[in-house]
Order: sequence, then C-alpha cells, then structure tokens
Amino acid sequence: MPTRSVTIGSSVGLHARPAALFVKAAAAAPVPVTIAKPGGNPAPANSMIAIMALGAKFGEEVQLTAEGDGAEQTLDELAALLATDLDEATEAPS
Amino acid sequence: MSIVQGIGVSSGLAFGPVVTVGKPVQPPQDEAAAADAESRIRDAFEAVATDLDSRTAHVDDTAAAILSATAMLARDPSLIDGAIARATAGSGPATAIDGATREFMEQFAALGGYFAERATDLRDVGDRAIASVLGQPAPGVPPLTGECVLVAHDLAPADTATLDRSQVLGIITEVGGRTSHTAILAAQMGIPAVVKLAEAVNLSDGDVVLVDGETGEVHLDPSEKTVAKRRKRDKRRTDALASTSGPGRTQDGKQVKLLANIGGVEDAREAGALDLEGVGLFRTEFVFLSAASAPTVEEQTKIYADVFAPFEGRRVVVRTLDAGADKPLAFANLGAEENPALGRRGLRLSAELPDLLDTQLEALSRAAADTGADVWVMAPMVADAQEAAWFARRVRENGLRTPGVMIEIPAAALRAEHVMAEVEFGSLGTNDLAQYTMAADRMQGELAELLDPWQPAVLDVVASAARGAVINGRPMGVCGESAGDPLMALVLAGLGITSLSMAPSRVPLVRYALSRHTFAQCARLAHLARSARTPVDARQAVLEACDPDLAAIL
Repeated sequence: MPTRSVTIGSSVGLHARPAALFVKAAAAAPVPVTIAKPGGNPAPANSMIAIMALGAKFGEEVQLTAEGDGAEQTLDELAALLATDLDEATEAPS
Repeated sequence: MSIVQGIGVSSGLAFGPVVTVGKPVQPPQDEAAAADAESRIRDAFEAVATDLDSRTAHVDDTAAAILSATAMLARDPSLIDGAIARATAGSGPATAIDGATREFMEQFAALGGYFAERATDLRDVGDRAIASVLGQPAPGVPPLTGECVLVAHDLAPADTATLDRSQVLGIITEVGGRTSHTAILAAQMGIPAVVKLAEAVNLSDGDVVLVDGETGEVHLDPSEKTVAKRRKRDKRRTDALASTSGPGRTQDGKQVKLLANIGGVEDAREAGALDLEGVGLFRTEFVFLSAASAPTVEEQTKIYADVFAPFEGRRVVVRTLDAGADKPLAFANLGAEENPALGRRGLRLSAELPDLLDTQLEALSRAAADTGADVWVMAPMVADAQEAAWFARRVRENGLRTPGVMIEIPAAALRAEHVMAEVEFGSLGTNDLAQYTMAADRMQGELAELLDPWQPAVLDVVASAARGAVINGRPMGVCGESAGDPLMALVLAGLGITSLSMAPSRVPLVRYALSRHTFAQCARLAHLARSARTPVDARQAVLEACDPDLAAIL
C-alpha cells in the first residue's frame, strides 16, 4: 500500500492551525488517507479530533497511507504540506 | 457581602446583575434506540455546523476562526462515526452523541494542557448536537435584555465569540485557565473576566456582583461604598498606567529595562507586539521536552529564529537548557538523584553532556545571525567564576558575543565580583535564589513564608550580586517573579539592578512605579527593606515610604 514517512515541519506541532489546514486538505483528497506514528494505530487524516489526539510534535515522524486512484499523488501533496511550517502566518486562537 | 477569588484574565471592573448561561440539555434517561438514528445523528451534527458557519459572517476575524474551527469539529468523521457506532449498538441518538463526545473529551483531557482546554470545544459541539437531535433550543447565552455579568460553567468559544459587548459588562466562569478561549477572547474584546471561580455555581440570575478582572476578585452583593471605592481605584490605575509608556526609567532618567519572560514561540509573538524592551528570560526547555531525541541544529535554529523574529532590534536573553533529575529528558538522563535541586541540573548537566550544549549554542548563533535580534545567552545554575569562564568560552566559540550567567546560587552572588569578570552580564533568578538562600524547597507549599522574596536575607544576597556587577561595569538583571512586583521593582532598582524581566502583563504597573521615583528614592527604599527584621516588615516599610499615588492603586 502506498506510504510516505514525513517529519512534522510546523514548529507548534500538528495542532491548531496547521492541523486544520492538513485536515481540510485530507478531506478534499480523492481517496481516504490515514496517518499514524511509527508502530501506532492509523487514524483517519480527515478527522481533526483524531489528528489532535495523535499529538504529533515538531520534528516527529508520521506515516501517511492511502490506497486507490490518485493515492500516490495525494500522499505526495499531503506529505509536502506536513513537512512545511504551516504556522508561519499570524495565527488566530483556535 | 463577601469576596471570592478566581483568576483574573481580562482586566477592568464590571458591576451588574448576573445572567446565567443556559445549562445544556441532557439526553433522556433510558432513551430508546431509533431505527433512523444514523440519519438523525448526521442531520443533527450538520445542523450544528451550518448554524456555526452562518454566524461567521457577522463577527470579526478572530471570532470567525473560532466558529469555523468549532464547525469543523461538528463535521468530524471520528465524532460522527463514533456516535453512529454507539447508536447501531443500541443507544438512543442523544445518548450516542453524548457517549462519543465524552470518549474523545477524555482522550483530550488525558493529553493535558492545550488539549485539555480544547475539550471544552468538543463538549460544546456535543451539547449542541444533543439539543438538535432532540429538537430543543441550543444551549448557551440566553437573549439579553440589558447590561449584565454572564456567569457560566464554561463559555463555549462560539458563545464568547458572538457576545454583545454593549450588554455584557463582565464574564465569570467556574472552570477555565489563562489560555482558555474565554480568556483570550474576553481580553481581545476588552470585557473584564474572571475564570476558575468555584463559587460561580452558587450565583443565580439577578444576583449583583462586582468583578475585578485584574485581581480575580469577585464581590458578591457589594455595598455602594465598595463599588465606588473600587471604581475610583480602577480609574486611577487605568489613568496612571496610560500616563506612561516606552522604556523603563526612574523619574530622574536612570534606565531600568523592562523585559518579558517567555517560554515559546506563541509567547514571543504576543510579547513582541507589546510596549516592552525585549526578552529577559527565554526558557528553552519546550524545545527539548516535546522531542523524543535530541533536536538537531537545524530543528533548533528554526524554532529560535521564530522566537527572535518579533524582537528585531531588541534584546532577547536566552537561558540554555535547564534540565535535571526533576525535569528529566529521555536523551539527557543521568539517573535519579537523592536531592535533584542540589544535583546535576542546569549548567552541571551541560558540563556532563557538552554536545547537547554546543548544538544548542550553534543553533542560537545561526538563528541570531538570521534575525535582527540582539541575542544574549546565559547558563542556569552557575556556582563560581570557573564555571562562568567555561560557559563564556563555549558561547564565544560558537560565535555568540554576549555570554552571561544566571545568579541563582548564593555562592555566585556572594562572589559576584569574580564571577561577573568572566561574562558580559548576569541575571538573578530570585525564585531559586530564595530557595537556596533560605534552604527551603520550592516544592514544599508549607515553606512559602521562607521563600518570600521580601526576606531580608534574600535581599542581602541580591545586593551582593548587584555590587559585583557594578564593580565590573556589567549589567545585572532580575528575571524571577519578584521583578513583576512594583514595590520590589523599586527596591531592585535601588540596589543597582539594570533590567527587570516579568510576565508581560506586569510591565505597565512596574513602568509606572519606576517613573514615580528617583534613583536616590529607590536606593532609600532598598535600604529600608534591607533594614527590616521580617519580610512583612520589609514590604510594609517600602509601601509606606513609596509615592502615595502608587500606593493608592496597589
């Protein structure tokens, strides 16, 4: 199954605004995507609650997995998103 | 009348009748399963999300962001699927929503901190969905008919974001913290607010209260006299604080820099926007505590650059990693110690693991070069001149120009003449300094009296450190809690302290206090404090001798 390992690039970790941006992108993807810490249970990437409960911090590695038409491209896009600092813009309290 | 104490999170005074915020609808006992539960649950969540989305059009950007984030939770597949799974297993629709909401709230609560406070958002979404699936009105703020003080268990973000400022004079919540939504939004909207007030449960509609969002005090049924007195004091304080701005200085122009204590990127952004002269204590522990292995130079550089960026042209004093047996790190653990406060912590740990320190210094150096901030670096737990020299050399080898030391150990304060000759600056950590001077564990609540920063012995040790800095022509700051106490700030200035670093909210009052006294007056206040027999006497002596305009607003 297509998989990507990626290191979280947002300095605040994967919550608040970075998490919201990622969840929106995952929800818009043509195939269901899961996200997991190495060895952990996969969680649906389109769920804000699951992403927050995952608690991925800056510099931590996570694995994205998807299957179906467009899975490879979807994973590339989402991996690139996670690797960048999504919190660069001024952040509103979330 | 009586006074109860909560946490003041948005300053200002509010006086008016209580309006309680509607309690959420509970799912009926023994609610029957429904054949169409799945579609009803989906419709209920979607109705909640649509309602929240529709409200974003009428509010400012901050409020809109909170409403959309809450709407996103209402569309969350984990929450919806969780509720449907419970309904499929035989629960009634409202009971199923409630169960799924609680399950995720518990997960958030277990994560603690930021996440625990986000559990409120989930509860709000769950309560709205329960009301919707039962065909009941949404919980929350009732229609208001006049000026009032809102009292709630906790205000949901969606409620706070859409409050009518012209009617809501103040806010009281039973739970919450300094970083909860209620706190952030109330401060932005300029509505006085007190959170974590246990007695909030006893308040009912029509009770009259006086809320002091600065001190966290709530007066129940106050007398007219109290209200008038408080209003007068509040006005005097507001006027006084508005009368000064800019760099900290005494009345006769001696500079005492006003700096912020920060612990992360968000703190830096908030403090960077304020009228203060930089950062006097940047605690770097968060960089390490959130990592499973030692963060690389690149990872650290990025974080430090984010912290420095808001302070272009201003000073940022960085404290290198302060870990030890009581704050163990997975990758820097020297094992348990009998007495961690006196063990291998701070610089002593860095001496055992010099690579860890060098990585941090290199990252600080790169981030300093990438930003326009004036970066100073100091080591925690320095005991003598040799340790100071060792640290200063490492700092300079990594391309940083301004090495310094924390003065927390009385030995370093007493021998400051020699310690300060090795470095460019010093900074007194008064909390640890008091702990070591008085031999009283900071973690022992019963010993609080011994740890009072007004202890004359602690002031003597501070004076010794300040004198050692003056002899060497080096700046000596204070970055403990005492720097934010306006009376103590005068004493410290009088002892020759050149900068005060504190929680940013304390800066205006300290700035005002300094502006009302000459340096000679500060020196006299310092003498009075050091001449006292007890900490209570010391503070009282300073209070009585300080400018009456300052005393009147404390």
